[in-house]
Amino acid sequence: MAAAGDVFLPEVGAGKLHVLAVDDSHVDRKVIERLLKISSCQVTVVESGSRALQYLGLDGEKSSIGFDSVKVNLIMTDYSMPGMTGYELLKKIKESSVFREVPVVVMSSENILTRIDSCLEEGAEEFLLKPVKLSDVKRVTDFIMKGEGKKGVKKSHKRSRSDDYSPPSSSSSSSISTAFSSVSHPCDLSLPASPSSALLSKKTRLSI
Amino acid sequence: MDRNQSRRQVAAMKQSLFDQGLLDEQFIQLEELQDDANPNFVEEIVTLHYRDSSRLISSIEQALKEKNPLDFNKLDTLMHQFKGSSSSIGAKKVKAECNLFREYCRVGNAEGCMRSFQQLKKEYATLRKKLEAYFQLARQAGPQEIACRSK
Repeated sequence: MAAAGDVFLPEVGAGKLHVLAVDDSHVDRKVIERLLKISSCQVTVVESGSRALQYLGLDGEKSSIGFDSVKVNLIMTDYSMPGMTGYELLKKIKESSVFREVPVVVMSSENILTRIDSCLEEGAEEFLLKPVKLSDVKRVTDFIMKGEGKKGVKKSHKRSRSDDYSPPSSSSSSSISTAFSSVSHPCDLSLPASPSSALLSKKTRLSI
Repeated sequence: MDRNQSRRQVAAMKQSLFDQGLLDEQFIQLEELQDDANPNFVEEIVTLHYRDSSRLISSIEQALKEKNPLDFNKLDTLMHQFKGSSSSIGAKKVKAECNLFREYCRVGNAEGCMRSFQQLKKEYATLRKKLEAYFQLARQAGPQEIACRSK
């Protein structure tokens, strides 16, 4: 049961994270949707930043009041999109009183440090290099799930406070993927050429 | 018997695509997302990729005709999209050609762009033909020999 006024957990979905994915590439939309579904998430996919804002009710059409707004636990957005970039979308989300606490993960095929820095500075949870892998998605969603648990909202499963393996809400391989996550990208450890996406989180609670 | 032989052929064909440097690890990543409920996921993704890439190839072709001078920014943007789509299916050689094209764009080398684009189209056509043969054989061989997911 979600606490009153809690904007993070969906009221339905039996403990599943609701993820909004944003990408202008049809191929990438299909892939991220599959990755998220395999990671036991409820998924909404849109093709642009403006559609994302529309979905969230942030497009200026202020017809909905706070508690009627859609509930999203995580937003994953491509960086390079025509019209509104993922960075601009990130900024708008962080400017919103309703959605600023929702973690935003930015994805990009281009490994540009200034780009990564500015996204993290703007409040992105993480920056993932494309093509995004299942291990990346599992790591991120596991992390978000733990975060939701730590907020103290009651769920039907007991939630461990320790930083050890996440509760088996998804597949039993979730703890394995956490262990893999530190080598999720081939060029991981050779800074500054290709920084590991794990190192690019501003939060260090991830077990690297 | 027959089925095992077909499956071995499929595996051999796939291995050869890797040996020739046409595919990279991303293709395997996609195969691992297949299961009984989504047995043709890779083929679906690749089909989507063909749709996107055909459109992009036409656009790039058109942009290359609009010389005096070439709009390198536009070309780079289009190629960035093409590269992304290729990368998402694991098209290793095609992706490398995309990078080369973008380098020529960056330095404003029109000749280089055009040469590289011709090569890119060749690589794209080659991969497409081979993948079509691969998927056809895989379908004939019956349910995917890689059933990585139990979900």
